[in-house]
Amino acid sequence: MAALSSVRWLTRALVAAPTPGAWRGLGTSAVSHSVSRSQAEDVKVEGAFPVTMVPGDGVGPELMHAVKEVFKAASVPVEFQEHYLSEVQNMASEEKLEQVLSSMKENKVALIGKIHTPMEYKGDLASYDMRLRRKLDLFANVVHVKSLSGYKTRHNNLDLVIIREQTEGEYSSLEHESAKGVIECLKIITRTKSQRIAKFAFDYATKKGRNKVTAVHKANIMKLGDGLFLQCCEEIAELYPKIKFDTMIIDNCCMQLVQNPYQFDVLVMPNLYGNIIDNLAAGLVGGAGVVPGESYSAEYAVFEMGARHPFAQAVGRNIANPTAMLLSASNMLRHLNLEYHSNMIADAVKKVIKVGKVRTPDMGGYATCRDFTEAVIDALPQAHPYKGVK
Amino acid sequence: MDRKLGDGLFLQCCEEIAELYPKIKFDTMIIDNCCMQVRPSLCVHSLSAEGEQGVEFTSLLHAHISPCQLVQNPYQFDVLVMPNLYGNIIDNLAAGLVGGAGVVPGESYSAEYAVFEMGARHPFAQAVGRNIANPTAMLLSASNMLRHLNLEYHSNMIADAVKKVIKVGKVSLERLWGSRPQNYSLGNLNWGLLSL
Repeated sequence: MAALSSVRWLTRALVAAPTPGAWRGLGTSAVSHSVSRSQAEDVKVEGAFPVTMVPGDGVGPELMHAVKEVFKAASVPVEFQEHYLSEVQNMASEEKLEQVLSSMKENKVALIGKIHTPMEYKGDLASYDMRLRRKLDLFANVVHVKSLSGYKTRHNNLDLVIIREQTEGEYSSLEHESAKGVIECLKIITRTKSQRIAKFAFDYATKKGRNKVTAVHKANIMKLGDGLFLQCCEEIAELYPKIKFDTMIIDNCCMQLVQNPYQFDVLVMPNLYGNIIDNLAAGLVGGAGVVPGESYSAEYAVFEMGARHPFAQAVGRNIANPTAMLLSASNMLRHLNLEYHSNMIADAVKKVIKVGKVRTPDMGGYATCRDFTEAVIDALPQAHPYKGVK
Repeated sequence: MDRKLGDGLFLQCCEEIAELYPKIKFDTMIIDNCCMQVRPSLCVHSLSAEGEQGVEFTSLLHAHISPCQLVQNPYQFDVLVMPNLYGNIIDNLAAGLVGGAGVVPGESYSAEYAVFEMGARHPFAQAVGRNIANPTAMLLSASNMLRHLNLEYHSNMIADAVKKVIKVGKVSLERLWGSRPQNYSLGNLNWGLLSL
């Protein structure tokens, strides 16, 4: 019993609870350790962080499975509460969305896959993905594009951060047919949200020790809309004299990213440009399978892929690359102040990529998703007592 | 996709027109959509002194495209068609793939007029008066204009001269804007023309 109480003390010392709710008993749980130890139940109830998990569509469930496997092997004190919200699989409804939202409001942290938006117009212009983001007010999407050592691309040693305003802009879902065959789509830019994202970008740059923030816009054409965005960015830039501020038009920015991406440090931009640049930058370092991303609101943090795509043609074929989801899960652990586990998983993933023997098809190899996951589990530190127990 | 009505109408129209052309394959891709290719990623090729490894693009008839795909595997694309804003972005992205704004010509058509210009439009104000701008794009565009005017001989003559100068590679083309002044001047181009 002394061992038990010391484990409890150790857990409490290492783990800082984000909310008092974490210490309460948990209703649902998806991860159950198959290790038979007397502390199992206690750790589940007291020491584990509850995290909402929404696997999403396409290869989402496979990637989440990979994350769960790695967490199990690394004995990460995180409990996933799974919610299956999907528009294409007809598992979407208002109640489901409410369930996910209430789960999020309690846990504050989530790991989500891509909730695919079908192309047909079923009567609701805003997809579930967008609605989730708006209701949680996840205004900032941060994608840290970092070259992976051991995987050569055209541009190596890239280190960019792309910050995208996620709740307004071109994706305001305000479209209407004003006359037959003429559609009007409203792009909304507000001063408050632009200032908020600019402040977020500069705060992020300050916190991470970055030197330059570049605002990406198309203000020469959209003079009022992007002009307002630019103006807000400039106003906020004056409050941060140590950080250089630069602006660039989106088309020039795309060209520069392809030719000379090293000139960029932190980029901040409205919704649509961010969507495009996220994917472009992901392509520069190895594709959608290797770049993690996160979305922040004032109260919640959601961890996901950097370039969002359900990748439906890979479902069931075991070829998806779990790197991005694993790195994203590692970022989530760092957010939860579980530094040790975060570094452990991130190092294991990077080691597997650096060694280069096990690579999924999108990185030029022949390994399956499961092979890669097992390689990551093998790369976890030997000394861990519960590694290898399935 | 998050802009259902507007881009949905564009897609619908493209599909309707595609049915009239059964011999041409029609495909759609969301602009932000990122498909992973089950192939090693290729990434960016560019004009180099060894020769012109151009990736040819004609922005005419396709739908939305993924910049991730363009960067990783541009060879899967043939002709691309898209609305205004996406076209602006993809024009510049693709120009960056083959060497920058200085090497890609472009044209604009209406039912009655044809306008020949640069593919990626940028005034490049910081290069004014410094004699460092790359005339390749404008010369190739002028050559296209001559072909449009049915002056095939002259069109080919100029286009071949420009391509020869680039291929021979004695003039160092700087792909990046605003970089060091290059030892490129119109004198070399005349040499290329006269040598034909």
